[in-house]
Amino acid sequence: MSSAAEDRQIRASARNAWALSAPALFLLLIGACGPLLIVVVYSFLTKGATGGVKWEFSTDAWVSLLYTRDIFDDTLKLADAHLTIFWRSLKISILTTLITFAVGFPTAWFIATRPAKARAFWLFLITIPFWTNLLIRTFAITEVIRAEGLMNTALMGLGLISEPIRMMNTDTAVLIGMAYVYLPLMVLPLFAAIDRFDMRLLEAGYDLYASRMQVLRRVILPIVKPGIIAGSILVFVPSLGAYVTPRILGGGKNMMIGNFIELQFGQGRNWPLGASLSVALLLLVMVALLFYVRVAGKGSNPHG
Amino acid sequence: MADKSFEVSRLPGFGAIAVVVFLVLYVPIFTLVIYSFNAGTTITHWQGWSVKWYYDAWANVAIKEAAVRSLVLASAAAVISTSVATMAALATTRRRAFKGQSVIFVAINQPLMVPEIVTAVALLIFFGVLKSWTGYQGMGYLILAHSAFCIPFAYLPIRARLEGMDLSLETAAADLYATPWQTFRRVTLPLLGPGIAAGAMLAFVISLDDVVITEFVKTAGQETLPTYMLGQLRREMTPEVNAISTGLLAVTVLLLIAFSLVNRKKS
Repeated sequence: MSSAAEDRQIRASARNAWALSAPALFLLLIGACGPLLIVVVYSFLTKGATGGVKWEFSTDAWVSLLYTRDIFDDTLKLADAHLTIFWRSLKISILTTLITFAVGFPTAWFIATRPAKARAFWLFLITIPFWTNLLIRTFAITEVIRAEGLMNTALMGLGLISEPIRMMNTDTAVLIGMAYVYLPLMVLPLFAAIDRFDMRLLEAGYDLYASRMQVLRRVILPIVKPGIIAGSILVFVPSLGAYVTPRILGGGKNMMIGNFIELQFGQGRNWPLGASLSVALLLLVMVALLFYVRVAGKGSNPHG
Repeated sequence: MADKSFEVSRLPGFGAIAVVVFLVLYVPIFTLVIYSFNAGTTITHWQGWSVKWYYDAWANVAIKEAAVRSLVLASAAAVISTSVATMAALATTRRRAFKGQSVIFVAINQPLMVPEIVTAVALLIFFGVLKSWTGYQGMGYLILAHSAFCIPFAYLPIRARLEGMDLSLETAAADLYATPWQTFRRVTLPLLGPGIAAGAMLAFVISLDDVVITEFVKTAGQETLPTYMLGQLRREMTPEVNAISTGLLAVTVLLLIAFSLVNRKKS
């Protein structure tokens, strides 16, 4: 039961809220969200001869995402080069997520089970790389894995290998680099989930004669699942759109979607294709995020 | 009791993996820092300690200009994004839910969800059109782009701080005939201070670190430190790049320490 005066107050409060948010929304509209719509428009235009676009409607950019047109008989064939890049992006992103989880989970568990003071210290050690420039961290890992780098010097010094392992400009190098730079994104949400975990449940498990493996699989993992999903999304989504790390470690050949998009706006001179690739990447990320919202929503049921 | 739960929470091998992970995280960073002090001209062969690369970087006009541009840009982006984020946080916390509130949330968090390369391409196109229409080529585009993507980073700590504050002090001020502006200026803003400081620091660091969006938005000659470093990759790398990296790293670490001190005071 609300009186007219109360109604007026609620409306005034909402108006006030919108007015306060307006500057932020305006900045975001012209500096972030709005231009995304232009990309959608560009993906349906014809490419200009020297970059840019001609304002003629065309679905060529979308067709050429997956198909190439045969120059002789005009038939459509699957574009192998594009599929290879999509597949590499997906493969590297999934592997990055798996690797960061495999090493990030024990790390997060280790941090969360330290005494309070030490915990703050270990957590700080994870936070520093988290906030450190991605470019710097990519440089750092490059100096370790390159042919004349620390890893080869150390391995050859120990006599384990006689020839340096040449890893730069391969998918393996990109994968190692991505796992290295995105690891903190996995550890932090995992830590947050484990930190809330009630350790008495472990006692209960062991009292009921569960083995360590059983406790891990049946008690710990199901309860910290929201943290696992959050960490996986935080790693998977930026991996899919990665640009800097594959550019430095993959060289020109081992492109991921992000580098392929840039190529279209540079030497490729195919802006519509670049735009359709961007929209496709955005849609992929949205699917991943929706999946996250659905699973995370379910995970918050009391039954977990 | 505490001792016992510590025993129970031990999982074999996890500690060892964690220690290796920390080593793997830090060995490359320390290598990078140490080689910035290399007397030699390569980043591969150690030839003794020297700070000559710091002198060289300092004397390099291109680097100095890029550094100043980075700092100006990050400061502008931090001030603008923190101001608008503070207003937005005041609008979206501690009040009755209103229609369209979720739209504001989604809009604010949008830069966190969209891949950077996509935003970069979108801004390349949009600002390209603006540049040819208006003829203006200045820093405004970079400041606008950076301010926009820093908003969520500034917003989150401010909002967290606001949610922890109850309304009773502000109500008390209003009861004592303070005008809404006085209440805000004398009560809300001082209480909100640590949140705003934290938000501004995060925005500053995020802006300082950005490569991808800057690379696409900048007009020729508007190099920032990260885009300058990315450009150096095509040439033979010297420890100069390590010296710049170390400098940036030092700024980040100092800000983080300041950030955690501000947060500790709060609790």
